[in-house]
Amino acid sequence: MPETQTSPRADLLPLSQRSGLVKPGIIGALTIAALAVPLSFNDYWINSIMIPMLVMGIAGVGLNLLMGFTGCVSIGSAAFMAVGAFSAYNLLLRVPVLPLPVVIILAGLIAAVFGVLFGLPSLRIKGFYLAASTLGAQFFFEWLFTNFSWFCNDNLSLTITAPRLELFGMDLKSVHGRYMIVSVTTLALVALAYSIVRSRIGREWIAVSDMETSATVIGIKVRARKLLAFGISSFYCGIAGVLWGFCYLQTSNAHSFDLDKSFEILFIVIIGGTASIFGNFIGAAFIVLTPIFLNLAVVGLGLTEHVNIGITTNLQRVLFGAMIVYILIKEPDGLYKLLQRAAAALSGACRRLRVTA
Amino acid sequence: MPEDLPAGKEALLEIHEISLSFKGVKALSNVSMEVQEGEICALIGPNGAGKSSLLNVINGVYRPQHGEVVFDGRHFQKITPFDAARRGIGRTFQHNALFERLTVLDNILAGLARHGKTTFWENIFHVGRDRAENRRFLAWASRVIAFLKLEEHAGTIVSTLPFGIQKRVDLARALVSEPRLLLLDEPMAGMNQDEKQEMSRIVSEVNSHFKTTIVLIEHDIGIVMGLAHRIVVLDYGSKIADGMPEQVRNDPGVIKAYLGEVYE
Ligand SMILES: Nc1ncnc2c1ncn2[C@@H]1O[C@H](COP(=O)(O)OP(=O)(O)OP(=O)(O)O)[C@@H](O)[C@H]1O
Ligand SMILES: [Mg+2]
Repeated sequence: MPETQTSPRADLLPLSQRSGLVKPGIIGALTIAALAVPLSFNDYWINSIMIPMLVMGIAGVGLNLLMGFTGCVSIGSAAFMAVGAFSAYNLLLRVPVLPLPVVIILAGLIAAVFGVLFGLPSLRIKGFYLAASTLGAQFFFEWLFTNFSWFCNDNLSLTITAPRLELFGMDLKSVHGRYMIVSVTTLALVALAYSIVRSRIGREWIAVSDMETSATVIGIKVRARKLLAFGISSFYCGIAGVLWGFCYLQTSNAHSFDLDKSFEILFIVIIGGTASIFGNFIGAAFIVLTPIFLNLAVVGLGLTEHVNIGITTNLQRVLFGAMIVYILIKEPDGLYKLLQRAAAALSGACRRLRVTA
Repeated sequence: MPEDLPAGKEALLEIHEISLSFKGVKALSNVSMEVQEGEICALIGPNGAGKSSLLNVINGVYRPQHGEVVFDGRHFQKITPFDAARRGIGRTFQHNALFERLTVLDNILAGLARHGKTTFWENIFHVGRDRAENRRFLAWASRVIAFLKLEEHAGTIVSTLPFGIQKRVDLARALVSEPRLLLLDEPMAGMNQDEKQEMSRIVSEVNSHFKTTIVLIEHDIGIVMGLAHRIVVLDYGSKIADGMPEQVRNDPGVIKAYLGEVYE
C-alpha cells in the first residue's frame, strides 16, 4: 500500500495517504478546467453555475478546515463573507492605490482577524454552545452592516458594488473577467488548502478534533491550533464573500450574507464530506444546481401554471433536508466519498470486463 | 529480570501528599511516592483504586486539591498537560485515545508535536526549516515504527486496526518524542498471554535501551513481578504498600486488599 516515493515530496507522504485528501491529479484537472471553461461555455453557464459553484466551494473549504478538520462547529460562516465583502468594498473605494489581488488578500485577512475574535469562545466551550456563539457573529455583522451606512459609503440603498475590478489596466467587469478572478483565486486557495492540511498543521487539527486530551498530552498547542483554524477558515470565507459580492451578485448588501447562506455552507461541508477539500466543490455544485434542475423540471413537465416560486423554494429545502439526513446516516464521509467508491467500483468492473473479453 | 539499581540515585519524580476528589468523591487521599531515575515502577490496585487518576495528576490532566508534584527537581502545584509534555513526560491511555482518522504514521508523527520548531508560514509554504523538520520527524517515527514492528501498518488508518495493535501505536506515539518519564496506563489490557509477554519485553527494552523511567499500571501480577523494580499499591485512593516486588508480594495488607478480588 505505501507508494514508493523518492521525490522530495516523500516527506509529505503520511497525510497524503489519507484517502481522498490529496490528489495532485485533481489540481491538474481543475487548472485545465479553469482555463478551458470560459472559452467554451456560454455566459449563462459561467455566470449562474460556474462562478457561484466555485465561490461557494471556497466558503465550503473554509468551513471544512474549521469543522471537518479541527472539529469546531460554526454556523456563522456567512458573517465572515460579509466582513470580506464590506472590507474589500471600502479598501477599493478609500485606498485607490491598492491593486485588486492585494485588496482580496487584505479583505481575507480582516475577516481572519474577526474569525479569531469570534473563535475565542471555542477555548472554553464546544459543540452546540460553540455553534450558538458563532451565531452571534452572524447576527452582529448583519446588524452592523445594515445600521452603519459608513460601511457602504452612505449609500441610501445600503448596497455595495465593486468600485473597480481591474488588473494591470485590464477591466475585469465582464463575465469572462469576473470568471478569471474567481477561477484563479479558487486555484490559489485550493492549492493553499492542500498545502496546509498536508503539513503539521493539518495533522494537529485532526488530532485536536479526534481526541483533544491526547493532543494536549503530547504537547500540541490546542488553543493556538483552534484559533488558527478560525482565522484560516474566516480568511477563506472572507475571500469567498468578496467574490460573491463582486463577481457573482455584483450588487449586494448585508442580507446577501444571512443565516441561510451560513446554512448552505454547512450543507456543502456535510454533502462534500468532512475533512475533504475537493468534496466541497461537489457539495457546492449540488447546492447551486438543485434549484436550477428543479426549475427545469417544473418547466419541462409543463407545471409552470400551477407551481409558483414559493413551492419550488420549499421543495428545494425538503430535498436538501432529506439529502442531509440521508448522508448523515448512510454516508458520513460525504457525497465525494460516495462518488469515489462508485468510480472505484466502475473501474473494477471495467477491468473485469477487459479480462473476460 | 529487574536489575539492581545503583543506590542513592536522584528521584526523577516525587509526589507529595496528593489528594484529589470529584464532586465529593475521593479518588486519591494523601498519596506520596517517589520514582527514581531509570526505574520501572508499577502501580497496582483494585478497580477504582485511583491508579489512572494518579497518572492524570502527574501529567496535569487532573488538578489535585492538595499536594504537589516534583519532576526533575521542579515543584509544580499545578502542572499543565502541555508543560508536562514539554518537560518530557509521555503518556499512554487505558482507553483508546488515538487520533482515529489519522494513519499509524501520522499518529506517531503527531507525537512529535513538542519538538516542532517550525512556524505557521514555514508550514504552509513549505519553506525554511519545514522540509528539514519533516525529514527529521519521519526518520524518528520510522525508528519507533521499526522498534515496535509496526511497519506493515504504517499507512493504515488506526480506527481500522485491531485493539492490540492500537495499544502498540499508542505506545509508539508516546515513545517517539523520547520522554524522560513514560506513564503507561494498562498497556497490556485486553491482550492474550503471548502479546502480554511481547509488550512486557518491549517495555523493559525501552527502559534499558532508552534509559526511560517508567510508571506503569497493570493488573496481571505475574507480569508486574517480572517487570517492575518497584511496586506501589493503591486501594480506595490510599497507598497501602510501596517497595520491592518481593516485599509487596508478602505484605499482609496487600494480600487482604486483593483477597476476594477477581481479575480478568
Ligand atoms: N473524570 C472523573 N470524574 C469523576 N470521577 C472520576 C473521574 N476519573 C476518575 N473518577 C473516579 O475516581 C475513582 C478512581 O478512578 P480511577 O480511574 O483512577 O481508578 P483506576 O484505579 O484507574 O481503576 P481501573 O483499574 O478500573 O482503571 C473512581 O471512583 C472513579 O469513578
Ligand atoms: Mg484506570
